[in-house]
Amino acid sequence: MPNMSLEKVKMPEQDPQVRNKNFDEVSLGYTPEQAMEEATRCLNCRKPFCMQGCPVGVPIPEFIQHVAHGEFEEAYETITRENALPAICGRVCPQENQCEGQCIRGKRKGAESVGIGRLERFVADYHREHGTKKLLNIEKNGKKVAVVGSGPAGITCAGELAKKGYDVTVFEALHKTGGVLSYGIPEFRLPKSLVQQEVDGVAELGVDFETNVVVGRSITIDELQEQGYEAIFVGSGAGLPRFQGIPGENLNGVYAANEFLTRVNLMKGYEFPNHPTPVKITDTVCVIGAGNVAMDAARTAKRLGAKNVYIVYRRGAEEVPARAEEVHHAKEEGIIFKLLTNPVKIEGENGWVKSMECVEMELGEPDESGRRRPVVKEGSNFTIETGTVIVSIGQSPNPLIRQTTPGLDTQRWGGIIVDEETMKTSKDGVYAGGDVVTGAATVILAMGAGKKAAQAIDNALKNK
Amino acid sequence: MKVILRKKRGYVIILGNCDWKVDFEVENKHREEGGIVMYRILRKETLNDVVELMEIHAPYVARKCEPGQFIILRVGEDGERIPLTIADYSREKETITIIYQIVGYSTRELAKLNEGDELTDFVGPLGAPTVLHQSKHVVGVAGGVGSAPLYPQLRALAQMGVDVDVIIGGREAQYVLWADEFRKFCKNVYITTDDGSLGDKGFVTTKLSQLIEQGEDIDEVIAIGPVPMMKAVVGVTKPLNIKTSVSLNPIMIDGTGMCGCCRVSVDGKIKFACVDGPDFDGLQVDFDELMARQRMFKEEEHQVSENANRMCNLMGGAQNA
Repeated sequence: MPNMSLEKVKMPEQDPQVRNKNFDEVSLGYTPEQAMEEATRCLNCRKPFCMQGCPVGVPIPEFIQHVAHGEFEEAYETITRENALPAICGRVCPQENQCEGQCIRGKRKGAESVGIGRLERFVADYHREHGTKKLLNIEKNGKKVAVVGSGPAGITCAGELAKKGYDVTVFEALHKTGGVLSYGIPEFRLPKSLVQQEVDGVAELGVDFETNVVVGRSITIDELQEQGYEAIFVGSGAGLPRFQGIPGENLNGVYAANEFLTRVNLMKGYEFPNHPTPVKITDTVCVIGAGNVAMDAARTAKRLGAKNVYIVYRRGAEEVPARAEEVHHAKEEGIIFKLLTNPVKIEGENGWVKSMECVEMELGEPDESGRRRPVVKEGSNFTIETGTVIVSIGQSPNPLIRQTTPGLDTQRWGGIIVDEETMKTSKDGVYAGGDVVTGAATVILAMGAGKKAAQAIDNALKNK
Repeated sequence: MKVILRKKRGYVIILGNCDWKVDFEVENKHREEGGIVMYRILRKETLNDVVELMEIHAPYVARKCEPGQFIILRVGEDGERIPLTIADYSREKETITIIYQIVGYSTRELAKLNEGDELTDFVGPLGAPTVLHQSKHVVGVAGGVGSAPLYPQLRALAQMGVDVDVIIGGREAQYVLWADEFRKFCKNVYITTDDGSLGDKGFVTTKLSQLIEQGEDIDEVIAIGPVPMMKAVVGVTKPLNIKTSVSLNPIMIDGTGMCGCCRVSVDGKIKFACVDGPDFDGLQVDFDELMARQRMFKEEEHQVSENANRMCNLMGGAQNA
């Protein structure tokens, strides 16, 4: 008889008032007993809707059955057949819109879905602590493939191809591998040691990582082809931050979220001055935007000591794009949500931010994105006194590769155009996926694209 | 069994049919046998009491770099990313020459290294290459370490057959850099110092105004140096609408078009120095905003140096105890 509890087994977490002052991980993960209990909530449906919601097709009921029986290593093998980075996905996937959003157990009013993300995380963590490394006997096929960028799309593609016997080299522009998992997502949500282990796992498959190589500058796509790479996968990620174009955005104290998070995560600014890269915040911090990156920035600012941290977002609660758990955690930690509010001007004094003028918004008719369009309430202007503004309203793709690769077609907004089935670009032998194709999206979608491209590359090269 | 040696994050991985292990002994032996070690400092020179030069082995950068581009380097696993313009390069030796002024904690850490040492990271070439215009007469203006990025640009113009003059300024004689190198291809090398210890007493702008008053026909001015100097040069050229190119050095982190820290206002629009620059039309740059932005972390720069001194004293104290 399945466990018919309406709620997920609670996952232990750090107390909000303790964790909003440290950078340790917020969620502590299930114990084996908790995981087994939660796993018994799965009905093992004959037609598992959850799998339809998973961009990489993890055999969800199968792995959960293993967990229910305490067969954690078998569960790990089941997941990793389809997903190379379970410890990361278990933590950062927006499960409520994917697997858990489809779960039959969550359909009834007031009922929660099976905690698929939590179980995935448990299985990955259990394996890391207790599992044994299996030596894979991979037969090399002698074919060279290059991967541009070591973020989720790149490492997934590289790992899949290495398993199939390809000689894969990953080129990373920064001094550290992991892409957004290293510079973007904070330690308290995704520990960097865990990212490093996942990357090392891919290196163990024989993938070579070259850091400090900026494809498009240090070497071009054409030159990689001349060097004998038979296929190239571009996963160079989202690029330059967008700004609203309101007055005062270049005042001191205004950060793009990318800059703020890079200073803290990649350069360890939270340990300043023991690490030399500084980051500066004030008592009040306003974060513009309400995506996952905005939540990360707001919660990071709180941890650096800000007293009042606001999320300023022009749409309403329904439209907040961040993962539900992040919004929940942010509120618990004392982040203040100013919804239906849009900044119109940042005021400065002696070159530094002093305040931000906003207007109130109301929701009108749905726009092209299907969300209700926010409309300005005339005469509702008001001012927030603040010394720091963090702009988190999205990015446009990095221009370096499209500028230096003849024959590569891109969208008007800069994204690389691909065939959605194969991730093939307009240039022969060149594939692309992740944020550089879709614009800023999720880790799992990038991984799905990397996986699809690996399959298509294998199909194209195996008989060549 | 196929054995490949690779250097990854400071250690060597031996790959043989996919089973691998980290082996520090092999790494050390590899070095002793003269194996390739990345980013080695091949030459170091002291140019004056605050400026030094290094020539560094960096194949990726040396194969591709063009005048106007820059690199980012790091010293140590926790080091800051330091952007520096490329002063010279050798495609044959696969080396890059950089010139840096010791101004704070991170450049002091860099200056502690010597010939034979390695940098932790060295990436480039970054930024867009300078667009060199075929014209008749170009005047370069260099202030302090600005000589370094100006040098390859003027040399390339001279090779294209453009008449090139240069005005080099410094606080005093020792801060006037590379006058002899510029003499190799410049028609005229003018020197100005604040105290008159070398060349004319005065500023680079005094000399530039003089040349213009003398009726010299100038197609373009390329000014590279401290922001107040570039602003002052534009103050001279803008009223006369003389084309003026400047190379900007805002605060930067990744330098590859990701973080958005290096934004500058050019003609009222946001531009990113790391991918849109570092060269911009000087007549359109908002220099006051740039100067303000460069001061963003002034206090913190001081703090990190003090912290380093304190740690140093603590360590010293422990050793003495």
